[in-house]
Amino acid sequence: MGFLDRFFKEPSWGVHPDDHKRPAADAPLRILPTPERVYMPLSQHVGGAARPIVVVGQKVLKGQLLADAQGNISAPIHAPVSGTVFSIGDVTAPHASGLPFRAITIESDGQDRWIDTELVADPFALAPEDIARKAAAAGVVGLGGATFPSAVKFALGKRLKVETLIVNGGECEPYLSSDDRIMRDFADQVVDGVRLVMHAIGAKEALVGIEDNKPEAIAAMRKAAASFSEVKICPVPTRYPMGSDKQLIQTLTGKEVPSNARAAEVGVLVHNVSTCAAVHKAVRLGQPLVERIVTLNGGAIATPGNIYAPLGTLVTDLLAFVGLKGEPARLILGGPMMGTPLAHDRIPLVKGASGILAFNAAEAATPDAGPCIRCGTCADACPMGLLPMEMAAHIRVEDFEGAEGYALGDCISCGCCAYVCPSHIPLVQYFSYAKGELMAAERVKLRTDATKRLAEARTARIEREKQEKAEAAARRKAEKDAAAAAKAAAAKAPAKDSGQAQGETV
Amino acid sequence: MNDNLGSPVAAPYTTTSNNPGRIMATVMVALAPSTLYGFWLYGWPSIYLWLITIASAMLGEAFFLRAMDRQASKALTDGSAILTGWLLAVSLPPWAPWWIGAFGGLFGIVLGKHVFGGLGQNLFNPAMVARVALLISFPVQMTSWVGVAPLFADGSPGPLDGLVILFKGIPAAFDAMTSATTLGFSKTEMSRGVDLLQSAAHAPVLSMIGERAGSMGETAAWLIIAGGLMLIIKRVISWHIPVAMLAGVALPAAALNAYDPAHFLDAQTHLMSGGVMLGAFFIATDYVTSPNSPVGRLVFGFGCGLLTYVIRTWAGYPEGVAFAVMLMNALTPIIDSHFRPRIYGRNRKGLPLQVAD
Repeated sequence: MGFLDRFFKEPSWGVHPDDHKRPAADAPLRILPTPERVYMPLSQHVGGAARPIVVVGQKVLKGQLLADAQGNISAPIHAPVSGTVFSIGDVTAPHASGLPFRAITIESDGQDRWIDTELVADPFALAPEDIARKAAAAGVVGLGGATFPSAVKFALGKRLKVETLIVNGGECEPYLSSDDRIMRDFADQVVDGVRLVMHAIGAKEALVGIEDNKPEAIAAMRKAAASFSEVKICPVPTRYPMGSDKQLIQTLTGKEVPSNARAAEVGVLVHNVSTCAAVHKAVRLGQPLVERIVTLNGGAIATPGNIYAPLGTLVTDLLAFVGLKGEPARLILGGPMMGTPLAHDRIPLVKGASGILAFNAAEAATPDAGPCIRCGTCADACPMGLLPMEMAAHIRVEDFEGAEGYALGDCISCGCCAYVCPSHIPLVQYFSYAKGELMAAERVKLRTDATKRLAEARTARIEREKQEKAEAAARRKAEKDAAAAAKAAAAKAPAKDSGQAQGETV
Repeated sequence: MNDNLGSPVAAPYTTTSNNPGRIMATVMVALAPSTLYGFWLYGWPSIYLWLITIASAMLGEAFFLRAMDRQASKALTDGSAILTGWLLAVSLPPWAPWWIGAFGGLFGIVLGKHVFGGLGQNLFNPAMVARVALLISFPVQMTSWVGVAPLFADGSPGPLDGLVILFKGIPAAFDAMTSATTLGFSKTEMSRGVDLLQSAAHAPVLSMIGERAGSMGETAAWLIIAGGLMLIIKRVISWHIPVAMLAGVALPAAALNAYDPAHFLDAQTHLMSGGVMLGAFFIATDYVTSPNSPVGRLVFGFGCGLLTYVIRTWAGYPEGVAFAVMLMNALTPIIDSHFRPRIYGRNRKGLPLQVAD
């Protein structure tokens, strides 16, 4: 496959939904006035929740550490505004369950005063480990939505000697344009961040994959990267899920990540463009991750576009800023293909939130599911080459092992199958349910195995103790016998029988 | 702001505007030209038979859905029963009596589809189940072919004559119009010891245009191909099954014809006659009863073609598409479990790829 083919040939997988990106993507970036209160959740990343180090009533500056990372995989949380710590308590999590989770509430003083930050004139003189350390201290996590602590990934890339950094500017989800906007408006920051990440992991080249429906971003990035030959801007075909790391790696390098391996094991590492910009700020400017660009889009929004907002801002405040045309029929955090439904709008903006979508009734309407007609459209669309209809047929009858036989575990939940299904079967719902059941079964199995091991150990111990007791008793008896024999022998020599008696009893 | 923003279902929150009704409608549009041409060729009796077959298929669907306490109106509008009836109708002799269509439509829907559990659950193509049942039960009516009698042409039956033919049988006045198909004629001649080289001179003319004896909608090969190509371009069907099925017929036909032209018809005759074209583009490509991986589809299609050729050449019946498709339908679950697409990051056996070096 030639170079041109790789970029101009339509991939055989995936779907091509209406992208609904414009006009929101073309609207200039707006800055949200500092909200009165922000709610900074302690768990905005994969891994352990951060541990608060501030107390209620304490004055904090913007960028000040609020909660420290806890455990090997975790990230710290910083104050997104200056003001006073109002409370440390529960807020609704941006999760389908709508369950509460811990957050630090800060009442803004309206002044937005930053902490003193340490500027680094030449970060490339720093050791790679120092870059990772600075990114970790700034709370940088994967901003594409995965929210995996970036420094942990840097260390992995360094250890496995990754040659190629893949920078994900795909942004294949419909409606979203926050990555598009950061590439258009802050291309220099992104490119600098890319070079810093390369330095941190020791990569020799960086391939920036940008879907070809973002010509302005491609042009801006090309200009910013013009003087750095190691940073290559690579337009990729517009095809959902191009922004999925496995598909982007395959498109850009032709490499496939084995199903039980990590991308780093085939010599590549993927980081999002917004993450790179955050690394730039963290390392060069010493600014922790406390703000981000978020796309506000959907039919219910009066002025859709991208907003630069402090983390912890309530969705209510964001919606009030852009205005609503009417009551939204559905609120989504993230994109329409893989996002999370929000139960209400009093939910804080988190690090991984690339967009808040407010759908009107027409957009939110979902047709009723019908019977599967085995058309195979889902299998054609699956970017992983799975057979969604077969897996769903097994899951319908609770045969989760059967579904696993079709490699259910390899499903990336991209939603292509459910999107193209003419019968509108909620296939991702099936798969999420089955994955949950399998995980629960695995946990139960681990527990029963552990119980079984303990029970067996107990039986063995009782058996051993019994034997030891018997042996001890026998020994005592033998000693007694021996003593008696010795006595007898002493009484009437020669004592020839004693050894024999002892041998018999043992 | 209201607190009830719909149920917390899993993503995606957007979906295609496609639906089964639209797919069926596209297939019907693709099928319409050859069917309309069939109406023109065989006149009023064929139009009535077509209507009766579809009506009886819809009746069977409605009756069964009601019996199972499901909403009949919704399922009827998805068009699958209409399509089953339509496909059966175009595979029938155009002047067959009314009860052939009525019985076939009911049989296909009820025993071919609903006893398996309805849409998406049937193992066999319902239209072919009905056609085979009719062929075995009523061999005389199912092999009585008529010559071409275009609508409005002199000597063709008018609207009233059509009703008479449908309900009372073919009157003496039109008896002269019965004719034989190419495949039937060569088989009969071969069985009397007249080989193909001798009988070819008298054989019914075979044309791409379709002006010959045959089933209602199977003779106009070029219109069927056009409809099939439209389905492929519209991505309703993939190219695999049609291409493989045509190859399955053409390759053995060409090879054996080259070896002994006196006993084996040539590939072109095989492709242009009987139900091969309709079968390849419209029957074997039925979603429910065909495999869903590309390689599986190739195997399935080739099997359909090969079995059609075997049945036509060595079995008792002059035509074998319906039998071949049903036999391969039975193999579809096995084909599906053996020919799965390769999964990203795994090899063909489903094992994880090895990391290089």
